[in-house]
Amino acid sequence: MKNNILVIGGGPAGLEASANLKRMGYNVILIEKESKLGGHLAKWDRLFPDGVSARKTLEALTDEIRGVNCFTETQVQSLNILDKSYNAILSNGITVLADAVLLSSGFDLFKAEKKEEYGYGIYEGVITNADLEKAFREKKMPLNEPRAIGFVHCVGSRDEKAGNPACSKVCCATAVKQACEIKEVYPNADVYCFYMDLRMFGRHYEDLYLKAQKEFGIRFIRGRVSEVAEMADGRLQVKAEDTLSSKPIRVTLDMLVLMAGMRPSEAGRSVGRQINLTTEDDGFFSSEDNLLAIQKSKLPGFFYAGACTGPKTLPDTLHEARSAALEIDRYIKENTREK
Amino acid sequence: MIDFGFTVSPSSRLDLDKMDRTSFNALAKIEPDVLKCMACGSCTASCTAAQFEPTSLRQAILLLQRAQVEQALNLLKGCMLCGKCTMVCPRGINTRHLIISIQKIYGK
Repeated sequence: MKNNILVIGGGPAGLEASANLKRMGYNVILIEKESKLGGHLAKWDRLFPDGVSARKTLEALTDEIRGVNCFTETQVQSLNILDKSYNAILSNGITVLADAVLLSSGFDLFKAEKKEEYGYGIYEGVITNADLEKAFREKKMPLNEPRAIGFVHCVGSRDEKAGNPACSKVCCATAVKQACEIKEVYPNADVYCFYMDLRMFGRHYEDLYLKAQKEFGIRFIRGRVSEVAEMADGRLQVKAEDTLSSKPIRVTLDMLVLMAGMRPSEAGRSVGRQINLTTEDDGFFSSEDNLLAIQKSKLPGFFYAGACTGPKTLPDTLHEARSAALEIDRYIKENTREK
Repeated sequence: MIDFGFTVSPSSRLDLDKMDRTSFNALAKIEPDVLKCMACGSCTASCTAAQFEPTSLRQAILLLQRAQVEQALNLLKGCMLCGKCTMVCPRGINTRHLIISIQKIYGK
């Protein structure tokens, strides 16, 4: 059995699906646009809810892809649907004739500078969740003895004006995790989380919230930050409504971390346009069925795994990658002649 | 003072920079569970006294966090320490004991 399977996107979904397809005996071609594999996971430091190392998690995934034909810094240049197969020309000049294609293009982080009132890219003290992970990862914390730090939940999520009315699912747990981590680095600083609802839905997420309150003394303020302004000394004045006491609130912070949400990957969408893949109103790809067949597109032989069909946690993504591998195996056995 | 013919209302804005948290921190030390409140309102909903005069432990905790002591204590005046709120608190806070601790720290 030597059927070619093309996997587009080398983040956790692409890696896990490739490893499983390889084990099933397929010839897997995995392409990744960046210079290294891992997607956002490669840029993260620790993962909620238990704080395990992102680096080790990624190593465990990449250890499993031996034998997969892997091309980094490579994108799809053109993709055509043939009779029962797909013809892809890659940016490295290689042409792949694939019996099935798995799209695992994931997400892009919402561009926080679009929420101009928060001052990302304008004030030095305003950073994003990804910037903070980078600082944790490189052990280069940007502040010296800060007095107060804040986290803004739902930046570019649940925000129609920002073009994304949906919840990005992972930011609440990430914010609470990062708030605890920052308190570990700066135990004397006051740490605030500005939230609308806390969506701590997964196993152990509520424990994380409780730990943040009781052990770390994180102060949760229910209300969305309305505006941020820099003061003469470079600190930030932040305004919100404390909706639990129905009063406007102000606080001066040394750093404000914006929890940028998930948007469909632009690189993934450009692959989709090549074969007229349909998306839903939120910009993420439409599945054959949102309950029974999330991993299947409406095109035969074209499959999805991970956040290209909407915001997902890492375990969700890995489960989908495994189930997509099974679906592809079933499709190949039912629809193509084994080689 | 010169009479300009108008008055200025005091701001109702809460300024977190200026809040003295010393007493709240002292409370959290003897009653760490006060930090566990997630403002669900079960305590207030089950409170018998709240049916007759403004009584709310949920709101009192919030006000103490915001250093608004007088308002907070006013919301606990009606409490008869019956302990119904302790039975309903989903976070398992011993609310009855918490109210006693609040009186210890803040009571005159």
